[in-house]
Amino acid sequence: MNTLIVSPLLIPLATLVATLLARRSPRAVTALSLAGALALTAAGMALVALAAQGQILATQAGGWAAPYGITLVIDRLSAAMVAITGIIGTATLVFALARDDDPARSRDFHPLVHGLLVGVCGAFITGDVFNLYVWFEVLLVGSFALLVLGGGRRRLSGTVVYVVLNLVATMMFLLAAGMLYGASGSLNMALLAQAFAAGEVPATAHASVVLMLTAFSIKAALFPVFGWLPASYHVAWTPVSALFAGLLTKVGVYALIRIVTLFWPDASAAHEVLLWVACATMLIGVLGAAAQVEVRRILSFHIVSQVGYMILGLALATPLALAGAVFYLIHHIVVKANLFFIGGIAARLTGSERLAAMGGLYARAPWLALLFAIPALSLAGIPPLSGFWAKFVLVKASLDASAWIAAAVALITGIFTLLSMSKIWNEAFLKPHPAGDAGERSAAGMRPAVWAVSALAAMTVAIGLGAGPVMDYAVAAAEQLGAPAGYIAAVTASGGQ
Amino acid sequence: MEIVFSLAVGVLGGSGVWLVLRPRTFQVILGLSLVSYAVNLFIFSMGSLSIDAEPIVRPGVPQDLLHYTDPMPQALVLTAIVIGFALFVFALAVLKRSWEVHGNVETDRITAVAEEPAPDLPAPAGEDKA
Repeated sequence: MNTLIVSPLLIPLATLVATLLARRSPRAVTALSLAGALALTAAGMALVALAAQGQILATQAGGWAAPYGITLVIDRLSAAMVAITGIIGTATLVFALARDDDPARSRDFHPLVHGLLVGVCGAFITGDVFNLYVWFEVLLVGSFALLVLGGGRRRLSGTVVYVVLNLVATMMFLLAAGMLYGASGSLNMALLAQAFAAGEVPATAHASVVLMLTAFSIKAALFPVFGWLPASYHVAWTPVSALFAGLLTKVGVYALIRIVTLFWPDASAAHEVLLWVACATMLIGVLGAAAQVEVRRILSFHIVSQVGYMILGLALATPLALAGAVFYLIHHIVVKANLFFIGGIAARLTGSERLAAMGGLYARAPWLALLFAIPALSLAGIPPLSGFWAKFVLVKASLDASAWIAAAVALITGIFTLLSMSKIWNEAFLKPHPAGDAGERSAAGMRPAVWAVSALAAMTVAIGLGAGPVMDYAVAAAEQLGAPAGYIAAVTASGGQ
Repeated sequence: MEIVFSLAVGVLGGSGVWLVLRPRTFQVILGLSLVSYAVNLFIFSMGSLSIDAEPIVRPGVPQDLLHYTDPMPQALVLTAIVIGFALFVFALAVLKRSWEVHGNVETDRITAVAEEPAPDLPAPAGEDKA
């Protein structure tokens, strides 16, 4: 059992080491890397199967008892996140098999991806605030290296923005973690949840949590601190962009959900603030997207906007809203990564990422048009795809909680998202290529990319048509999140005090 | 002692933040360094600020926080220093490379490069279309 709990950390670490040791042979590196990602996905699925039965798995790393030891806790949300990380990691590695002249396509790519994955999985399963900081840093340094992989003026420019702003957020998180320790005497999330619930923490602890949430808001790209995302995500190599788009901001969202549901489970002033932040994020993200004329820049602003939806679910603080947030997390990771992948394929086929210089894809590659339509319509919330259920639950939760403005903003954002997707559709797919036949590029070597995209599209359709079980899981996860006592009990039973 | 320590953390943090907002990359990275010093000192001070109470067990002295400073923040600071070091080494490498590639160190001009329209893929040279 303990091995299974630690496996989301062990598998990517082992793959990282293996791919570094096998550097001499690119084929071995690719094979090991894919094997590792598949193993991570399998471990995630096993964890989901266990967590779905209602058990919260917890263990103490190294056998050291809490609060000095680090607890690893896997509940339904964590298990689902680990599984999705495995899936997106595998899809990214499969996509990266496609033939590409980008210098980023190197042996260094694979160890770095697994370094990133270990940080992401660690953040999802840790039960200690400082350990969360450590995993954030692991994933951050991995993301620095992946972002700049391949070099060039543009990539370095985006990396400078990304590095500086994320380091500032890191410092803020570290300060908050230290402050929280000083104010409360513990870093163990379960112990802190107990102390917060009993009202035994001084005001400084609440202040430190506010600072921590600000740091997570920067990482999750919420209004008004989202500027770094559209300034940096679009310069990376396509698979790297997609991996970031799918996973990195969602780790920030996960941290927000975890901290708020554990420490401040009841609706409070913080939830009010989060509600306004969510509404602003949704609107401004999608309006920013409307102003862009390049595929990945539009999609980057959409990441911002969609994160607003997830925070809306968190801010409403009702079980249905939390369930919507969890479902949205799962649905959006798949859809967003898929859209970035498709943007990459479209750019390869038309020779440019700028909408003005793209065109003719519907006539030339109708399969790509279908594969684009699925995640695009899902993002906009068209039934019967996954996005519809996610948005429906969130809007219903807003109406139930009498948050009329939030519901209106959510719906308006959906319309603008659809507008954005139709813009990409018109420019890249329907209109003829401005350079005519001469603008078409070879599609040779693209097959792995198409497999990755098809698999993710199939997942979106499956989640959409089979939304029942997924929504049941999300509702159950929200129940677990809404009752920190279960989390605390699981940690205590595992050997924590 | 607390007032001196707080002032030190404040001066470091304030200078760091000011430097981060400056227009040149070296100033920015120096600012981030100072901010990290401030944060690390702050975390260190979360254990009590005391003299002659280092957390090394002495025989016969009761092992509680009245007789020793809290060793936990010291462990946290060690971790944070190591992590910060790695991040800054990487940031320095990026900034050095950025200076070589961009030819200047003005942050506004460097970050403007990512805002330019995406370069088109190089034209195919005699490729056959699928």
